[in-house]
Amino acid sequence: MIKPIAFLLLVFMVLTPVPAKAQQLYQELGGREGISQLVESLILEIATDDRIIHYFADADIDRFHEMLTLHICEVTGGPCTYTGAPMPEVHRGMAISASEFNALVEDLIAAMEAEKIPVGTQNKLLAILAAMRDDVIRL
Amino acid sequence: MTRFSVVGVLLASIAVVAVPAQAGKGRLLATGGATTVEGAGGGGITPWATLSSYAEAGEWGATVAYSEAGVDDFGLQVQGVSFTYSNRIEVSYARQEFGLDTIGGELEQDIWGAKVRLAGDLVYGDMPQISIGLQHKRNQSFALPQAVGARSDSGTDYYLSAAKLWLNGPFARTWLANATVRATRANQIGLLGFGGDQGDSHELMVEAAVAMFVNRHWAIGAEYRQKPDNLSFASEHDWHDLFVAWFPNKTIGVVGAYTNLKSIAGLPDQKGWYLSLQASF
Repeated sequence: MIKPIAFLLLVFMVLTPVPAKAQQLYQELGGREGISQLVESLILEIATDDRIIHYFADADIDRFHEMLTLHICEVTGGPCTYTGAPMPEVHRGMAISASEFNALVEDLIAAMEAEKIPVGTQNKLLAILAAMRDDVIRL
Repeated sequence: MTRFSVVGVLLASIAVVAVPAQAGKGRLLATGGATTVEGAGGGGITPWATLSSYAEAGEWGATVAYSEAGVDDFGLQVQGVSFTYSNRIEVSYARQEFGLDTIGGELEQDIWGAKVRLAGDLVYGDMPQISIGLQHKRNQSFALPQAVGARSDSGTDYYLSAAKLWLNGPFARTWLANATVRATRANQIGLLGFGGDQGDSHELMVEAAVAMFVNRHWAIGAEYRQKPDNLSFASEHDWHDLFVAWFPNKTIGVVGAYTNLKSIAGLPDQKGWYLSLQASF
């Protein structure tokens, strides 16, 4: 009984996430230019995704591109300051479901694959963005 | 086989009626896990707190699975079907056929399962996903288990599971860990009946699994399952396996494993392979 519990405690300790070094992820993503390119790929994925495209029907795509690029730049340690509205404010009233949030995650993964971003770098970005889920869904 | 077909047709009919309205695959790839040898969603030998299929909030999902294990003196075949609603409740049925290749004969068992997610989400938030479940097992070939000292031909396992996924774990890979505590009186998961001369009441057993996703589609991992030892005719051992899982898309899941079941029914050194195929709808 003790051995498996000790084993699991060890597993949970080892798996507790270690914060990435500032700027490292920003650089892995190719800096401002790489992130801008990634967001463009993401917009192309969203454009063909029937699950969530309706949320963007009236969106200013250029502004969305600029704001998301700034946001990702900032949270990955880049020299940017996100100047858009806070996340909950942006999504309030949209009632985005858990499935729709996952659809966006899948579009982001497809975009990262299209940009040939390595799995490890993908995971670092996904972990940061996944933490914002409560500021996006069911608002 | 016949019993399974009847249940299958029945469940499929329910699916046809109920699923089209809200069938969905809103969860992320691989988060439904595989189908265990007892029919519940999980790994191979232990149920996880995850629910089968890809059904998110407000969605239905169904999963069918076929699994086979072959060790030195025994062969196990399992057919399973499960339904999940709203990533909240999972209902499952499995039919096990356990061939006694060396001894001769076959053991059969039906397992009805239910699992409810109590709290948390596998992927999001700090809290692990926590589920409770039960597995009602009916041994359909009780003559042999009775002859070696089993007390009952049916029994119910109760379990509590916690699962957590780390998107960015060690080596910048996605990791998953699951711990399950099960109250059971089953001998060799019920294939040798329930209870015996060395114990006839529920005992708490610990089960664990760890997996690392090499990429989005491939995972490798290990599982452990502690088991009771109720029959003096042959000592029962804990189970282990090492597995590789492949999720090419949200429909197909394939698991291959190397397993060491140690001694079963007195026959030592039962090492071999495990293969499981599942389709989710």
